[in-house]
Amino acid sequence: MAGTALRRRLTWQLAELVEVDAETPRVKTIVFDVPDWPGHRAGQHVDVRLTAEDGYQAERSYSIASAPDGTRVALTVQRLEDGEVSPYLTDELRPGDKIELRGPIGGYFVWEPSEGGPLMLIAGGSGIVPLMAMIRTRAAAGDDTETRLLYSSRSQDDVIYRDELERLSGNGLTVVHALTDSQPPGWTSYARRVDAEMLAEVAPLPAERPRFYACGPTPFVEAVAEALVELEHDPVAIKTERFGPTGR
Amino acid sequence: MDELMLDRNAIAGLLQEVFAADMTTAVGTCGNCAAAGPVGAVQVFRGAGIVLRCPHCGNNLAKIVKSDSRVWIDLRGIRTLEVTV
Repeated sequence: MAGTALRRRLTWQLAELVEVDAETPRVKTIVFDVPDWPGHRAGQHVDVRLTAEDGYQAERSYSIASAPDGTRVALTVQRLEDGEVSPYLTDELRPGDKIELRGPIGGYFVWEPSEGGPLMLIAGGSGIVPLMAMIRTRAAAGDDTETRLLYSSRSQDDVIYRDELERLSGNGLTVVHALTDSQPPGWTSYARRVDAEMLAEVAPLPAERPRFYACGPTPFVEAVAEALVELEHDPVAIKTERFGPTGR
Repeated sequence: MDELMLDRNAIAGLLQEVFAADMTTAVGTCGNCAAAGPVGAVQVFRGAGIVLRCPHCGNNLAKIVKSDSRVWIDLRGIRTLEVTV
């Protein structure tokens, strides 16, 4: 169909910033209105392009944080101190400002309620973003697919979406935190990096055929994927996405 | 582990621009070990351009070099590519 073909051709669109929310000291959620947004699936991302006055362009990819919601698209961006794009997105942009954006992109690291579960989500730091889109999509659809989130952060203050995750827990969603560097007084959950033992305790058994989505820095994702294979989970059911340098 | 391993998202948009279809779900067969899997699961490195490697045998599946006006793609390591249209 012509409409489908047109939709697949990626074009840059002007997106207007409508809202900025601080998530943690280094992380903000920026919400855009994209007039011709065709809709998206949880786990997909967008490319963002900034053009300087002298014509220099920088492109970066950001996971979509929001469940499908008309023409609204939320990105959650971690400010990288030496970054070319993220400091501009998190500190300089104001509501009403426009940037260029294209998407949605990617159909591999995607989950929809119709795909079922049990779902095992494993996040390292800002790797939570595309997984949060899955959790929000599940909640918005009133879906009760058994879902477990194992979420590794440095400290409690670095936990993105902390209150919302607590609110969404229950109805088949279990959230387990691991705080690697510092823990608040009375912390009873994990206080170390994600490892095979932790995954064995938190994840469904291989016989339950869980679907895995792991997202985080490259070393985190590699370690998780290796541990899951070691635990005899089906490699085909393990989908990974890395947050690393973008090569642009 | 390699510090030059890239975020795969970095190439998904570029490939979709060139092929006008989502390539992360396209199934590629490695020209070396014959393992077949989605392009979204390959390893991506920064080399002379961007290098896609087979996650099973490490074979160079493809190399991509982009300039402002053109994209150059070397696909010699991929035996077949199956794309949903």
